[in-house]
Amino acid sequence: MAVETKWAFDRETVKSWSEKRNEPTWLQEKRLEALTNAASLPMPNPDKTKLTRWNFSTFENIDSDQRAIESYSDLPGDVARLAGDESKVNSAIIQRDGKVAHNKVANELKEKGVIFTDFETAVNEHSDLLEKYFMGEAVRSDENQLTALHTALVNGGIFIYVPKNVEVEVPLQAIFWQDDVKVGLFNHVIIVAEDHSRVTYVENYVSFEKEKAAANIVTEVYVGQGAEVKYGAVDNLESGVTSYIVRRAHVQKDGRIEWALGQMNEGSTISENTTHLLGDGSYGDTKTVAVGRGEQIQNFTSNMVGHGKHSEGYILTHGVMKDASSAIFNGINKIEKGGTKAHSEQTGRVLMLSSKARGDANPILLIDEDDVTAGHAASVGKIDPMQMFYMQSRGLSTLEAERLIIHGFLEPVVGELPVEAVKERLTEVIERKVY
Amino acid sequence: MTASTLTIKDLHVEIEGKEIVKGFNLEISGGEIHAIMGPNGTGKSTLASAIMGHPSYEITKGSVSLDGEDVLEMEVDERARAGMFLAMQYPSEVTGVTTSDFLRTAINAHREEGDEIPLMKFIKKMDKNMETLDMNEQFSTRYLNEGFSGGEKKRNEILQLLMLEPKIAILDEIDSGLDIDALKVVSNGINNMRGESFGCLIITHYQRLLNYITPDHVHVMMQGRIVKSGDASLAQRLEAEGYDWIKEELGIEDERVGQEA
Ligand SMILES: Nc1ncnc2c1ncn2[C@@H]1O[C@H](COP(=O)(O)OP(=O)(O)OP(=O)(O)O)[C@@H](O)[C@H]1O
Ligand SMILES: [Mg+2]
Repeated sequence: MAVETKWAFDRETVKSWSEKRNEPTWLQEKRLEALTNAASLPMPNPDKTKLTRWNFSTFENIDSDQRAIESYSDLPGDVARLAGDESKVNSAIIQRDGKVAHNKVANELKEKGVIFTDFETAVNEHSDLLEKYFMGEAVRSDENQLTALHTALVNGGIFIYVPKNVEVEVPLQAIFWQDDVKVGLFNHVIIVAEDHSRVTYVENYVSFEKEKAAANIVTEVYVGQGAEVKYGAVDNLESGVTSYIVRRAHVQKDGRIEWALGQMNEGSTISENTTHLLGDGSYGDTKTVAVGRGEQIQNFTSNMVGHGKHSEGYILTHGVMKDASSAIFNGINKIEKGGTKAHSEQTGRVLMLSSKARGDANPILLIDEDDVTAGHAASVGKIDPMQMFYMQSRGLSTLEAERLIIHGFLEPVVGELPVEAVKERLTEVIERKVY
Repeated sequence: MTASTLTIKDLHVEIEGKEIVKGFNLEISGGEIHAIMGPNGTGKSTLASAIMGHPSYEITKGSVSLDGEDVLEMEVDERARAGMFLAMQYPSEVTGVTTSDFLRTAINAHREEGDEIPLMKFIKKMDKNMETLDMNEQFSTRYLNEGFSGGEKKRNEILQLLMLEPKIAILDEIDSGLDIDALKVVSNGINNMRGESFGCLIITHYQRLLNYITPDHVHVMMQGRIVKSGDASLAQRLEAEGYDWIKEELGIEDERVGQEA
C-alpha cells in the first residue's frame, strides 16, 4: 500500500540526507515541514480518474550513488541518442537517478548571465534565487500529498534563470534518466524567464527497465513581462513506472509560453499542465500528444486560466488509444472575473485503434466573465475508412496507411517540438508505441 | 512496356443490399481511352469504386481481371500495385501528412523493399509533374488535400496519376470543378500519359473534357450498365441533344438505378 513504503522516509532520514547534501536551512526546513504535512493531505483528484489503487510509492531510495560519465561517447546509446549528435548539442544536462551524468553548457550562456544547471548545484550556488521560486507560487507544497512528498524528497532536476532582456538562441536540453528502479524520480524543473527574455527548453524523461518504479515530477515556469518560453517535453518512462507529473506556468503581462508535450509514458500516468495567464495580453499555448497501449491507465489535464485582460489561451490535445488502454483527456479553459476580452480555444481529439480501448475527451469551459470569446471542439473516433481506402488505392498497405494517418494525426504537436533530434526521437517513440 | 488489359465481365455490385451495377461489361487495353457518360445516379462512381475494391460495395456477380489476374481476389493496395489507379470524385483529406510524403510512400509501396526511390529523383519527378499541372510548389508540403479547393484536389489526383504511372486508370469526374485553364492543364497531364502502356477510363458529364482528350470509345451508362457505345462523335451528340433520344431508342423511362419499372 501507498502509505507504508513512503513513511520509510522519516524525518531523520530526510534530515541527514539533506545535511549530507549541504543544503541550506530553508530547504531542509521546507522538506521536513512538507514531510510532516504529507500524511494529512489529500491525494490529487484528477477529473474522472480514481487514484485509490494507484501506488506512487514504489521506491526504496531517493539517493543514488551514480557518478558522472566523463565522455559523451560513454553514455548508453539509447540515452545519447535522445540528445542527438554530440556536435549538434550546444547545452545539455543529462541526469541519471537525479545525479548529473553528463553536462555540457555553452560558455556564452554564462557570459550572458544565464543559469542552466542541475538542481543540486542550484541549491548550493543560487540558494536565494531557488528559495524564491522552488515550490513557490505555481505549485504549492501543501496542495496535496504528492506535491508535499515531492518537496520533501526532491532529488534532481534543472534550474534555468534567464536575466532581463537576454535571449537564449540555442535550445537548452535536459535528459532525466531513471536507471535504478529503486530510486524514486523526484524531479524538479524551474525556469525563470525575466522580463523580455527568451528561452527554449526541451526535456526527455526516459527509463528502460520494466519493474515497478515511481516518478513524481514538478515543473514551475515563471514567465516575466514580455518574455517568451518554449517548453518541449517527451515523457517516455517504462511500463512499471507510476507517474505523477505537474507542469505549470505563470505568465505576466505580454508574456508567452508554448508547451509541446509528447506524453509517451508506458505506465500509469497522471499528468497535469496548467498555465495561468496572469498579465494583460499574456499568451499560452499547450499542445499535447499521447499514446496509450497495453493496459495503461492515464489521465491528462490541460488547464488554461485567463486572469488578465486580452489573454489568449489555446489547448490542443491529440491522443491515440490502442489495445485495452484507457485515458481521460481533460481540457479546461477558465476565464476569471475581470479577464475581459480574453480568448480561449481548445480542441481534443482521440483516435481509437481498438474496441477495447477507452478514450474520453472532456472539454470544460469555466467562464466568469461576459466579455470573452471561447471555443471548443472534442471528438473521439476511429480511423476514417474512406481515408484508408483512398490511401490504399495508391498502393499503401493497411499498416502503412494507418501509420501515416496516425503520424499525421499527431503531427500538429510533434511538429512543434523545438529541437530536431527530440522531434525525431518522439517520432520513433510513437512508432514503437503504435506498432 | 507492353499494354495491359482490364476486363470487366457481367459485373453486378450491391450496396446495402441494393443492386446498383447490373451486368456491366467492358474491356480497356493499354493505348485506349474510354469515356463513360451518363446521367446522375446511374452507377458510374459505384462501378469505379467497386473495381478499385471499396469496402462498402459488394460484388455479387461477374469478374474483373487485369491481364488475366483476378482483381477481385486482390486487396485494394494490391490492385494499386498491380497497376490500377482510381482518381476519386471526392478525394479524402489526410491531416498531418504532406502530399509529398504521401506520394513518396506510395511510390515506394510500388517498389521492392531496398529499392526505394532516391530522394533527388523523387523531387525531380515531383517538380516536373507539378510544373506540367501548373501547381504551386507549396502543394507538395501542404497536408494531403486538406483545405484544397475542389479544383486543387482534382489536380492533385492527376499529380498522383503522373507520379504513380499506372497501367490502367479510372478517372471519376476529374473535370468537375475545374475552370477552363485548369481543364486544359489537367487534360494535358493526362495526354502526357497516353501511350501503349496506359489505358484509361474517363467518367465525365461533359464533352468539354473530351475536346482535349479525344476518346477512342464512348459509352453511355444507365440503370447500372452500358446501354450504348460509340466513338468520340457519340459524346458530341450527347452534348448537343442530351440523353432523351437514347432513352427513347431503348425504351427507358427512368435512367437512374433502381427506378426502372
Ligand atoms: N453508400 C451508398 N449508400 C446508399 N446508396 C448509395 C451509396 N453509394 C451509391 N448509392 C446509390 O447508388 C446510385 C448510384 O450512385 P453513383 O454514385 O454510382 O452514381 P453516379 O452515376 O456516379 O452519379 P453522379 O453522376 O451523380 O456522380 C445512387 O442512387 C446512389 O444514391
Ligand atoms: Mg459519380
